[in-house]
Amino acid sequence: MRTSTGGRVGQYAALLGYLVFLAFPFLWLVSTAFKSPRELGSLHPTWIPRDPTLDNFRQAFDEQPLLRAAGNSLLAALGAALIAVLIATPLAYVMARHRSRLSRAATGWVVVSQAFPLVLVIIPLFLVLKNLRLINSQAGLVMVYVVWALPFALWMLVGYVRAVPAELEEAAAVDGAGRLRTLVSVTAPLLTPGIVATGLFAFITAWNEFFFALVLLKTPEKQTLPVVLTHFIGAEGVADLGPLAAASFLATLPSLVVFAIIQRRITGGMMAGAVKS
Amino acid sequence: MTVVTATKRSAQGAPRADGALRPPDRGAWFLVLPALIPILVLSVGPLLYGITLAFTDAQSGRTEPTKWIGGLNFQDLLHDTLFWESFRIGLVWAVGVTVPQFLLALGLALLLDQDLRMRWLARALAIIPWAMPEVVVGVMWRLVYNPDAGVLNETLRDLGLGDGRDWLSGLGTALPAVIVVGVWAGMPQTTVALLAGLQNTPRELHEAAAMDGAGAWRRFWTVTWPTLRPVALAITALNLIWNFNSFALVYVLTSGGPGGRTRLPMLFAYEEAFRYGQFGYAAAMGCVMVAVISVLLALFLVGRLRGGDDA
Repeated sequence: MRTSTGGRVGQYAALLGYLVFLAFPFLWLVSTAFKSPRELGSLHPTWIPRDPTLDNFRQAFDEQPLLRAAGNSLLAALGAALIAVLIATPLAYVMARHRSRLSRAATGWVVVSQAFPLVLVIIPLFLVLKNLRLINSQAGLVMVYVVWALPFALWMLVGYVRAVPAELEEAAAVDGAGRLRTLVSVTAPLLTPGIVATGLFAFITAWNEFFFALVLLKTPEKQTLPVVLTHFIGAEGVADLGPLAAASFLATLPSLVVFAIIQRRITGGMMAGAVKS
Repeated sequence: MTVVTATKRSAQGAPRADGALRPPDRGAWFLVLPALIPILVLSVGPLLYGITLAFTDAQSGRTEPTKWIGGLNFQDLLHDTLFWESFRIGLVWAVGVTVPQFLLALGLALLLDQDLRMRWLARALAIIPWAMPEVVVGVMWRLVYNPDAGVLNETLRDLGLGDGRDWLSGLGTALPAVIVVGVWAGMPQTTVALLAGLQNTPRELHEAAAMDGAGAWRRFWTVTWPTLRPVALAITALNLIWNFNSFALVYVLTSGGPGGRTRLPMLFAYEEAFRYGQFGYAAAMGCVMVAVISVLLALFLVGRLRGGDDA
């Protein structure tokens, strides 16, 4: 592509504009997290805190049970990711390898489940979980998160299975390996990177989730991090800005780290544009 | 796709045409059931149960049994001006977020498709909104919009454009303010989808059009857009649906205020169900939302068929 110099300058200016738009709210959050209460009350806020302090972090931990909430989030996210991957991988395998009514139905469910307003699902779920005594419990939340993470997990995994040549499995079968043995010793190892990426994605999905947690968890000692964060905002919408920013910043770090690890797989060569076939 | 020359017949007697796709066999059940049961119990089942609840007077914390009341909830909904108002707000929000976001994301995708120097940085920053918990996105923008300690009003003051205002509490500014956040929050997904679509654009055609003296604008409409269209339609339809169903962002930003100006349908239904305990009525709202979404989905499918591209 030949572009004139003027065009290039325009392109860089536009890109810079995008970078500022995408980055500035996060930078402001980080800046606010380190400001002193006096500075937060003054009328002329600055980008760089004038006397940076860790007081907001201390205060956040004093005001809300953040550690426990993080533990709850971790438990729910790990449980959901592990179970989702365990049950999604075999189904994805069948969907990728076999043409059948079942595969079509599963694909249909993956598409349709993305489109349903959650309120229609949450009321019956609430009633069912209540009858099972699973309201306000991590177990109930994990069950919901597993099913909620499945559509995207299946979609990712089907792609990974298709990338494994079926001939390899057939060769193993010809050598006399049984079905299960073929899956475990031939297919699974090749799928491992894809399975890990899918698990990590399910982890973030659950770690970040708010609506189900808000409805299903009643008491502060059971609640996950996103729900506890909203407790910093008072009934009148008045928020204690410093601690709120500090806690939000901490809650985001795991998501950003995990996402940085898997984003290449998700964005599917988003900017591999330089080497295009 | 490899073609197997000797057509074997499986137990079901279906001929085998290729090695990648095999006919179903009974041994597959032990692979499928672990996922199938949770899906049926926790997704498909509740959905059907939710639709039946819409025809009952189900409420929370009542001792007497739930009664079947037919279409009464829907009749009440028809006359519920607050619900239709929230519905209108939901549509304004869905379109107001989706359309500008699409244009911005398209611009960014086209930029990132060029070989510019800062692309790695753009990639790193572009995932921030995607990776963040929605609650934190809401919190962050509250800090930006904060009338005194917020960066937006401070910037306006620095530029001498007055003192700014309390954006999220103003009757006229609240909805536009949350729409901006919605646009920001969904930028990465839309950009990535469009970038993936751009990968399908044949380079040679671009070169050829450039040789023939077609300007950038013409090249976009004659070469890029036709290949991008199916993806563009798909992501737009999905975004409309996702945005229409969104909850957490606006819940954290405004809780539906001021005076209900940002009360999206999901916020309305949530309050109805879990603040006032009106399960049946809230389920009926959900059904009405599904009807609207079905229309959007139909548009999406038609778009895909007309695109004729299995992207």
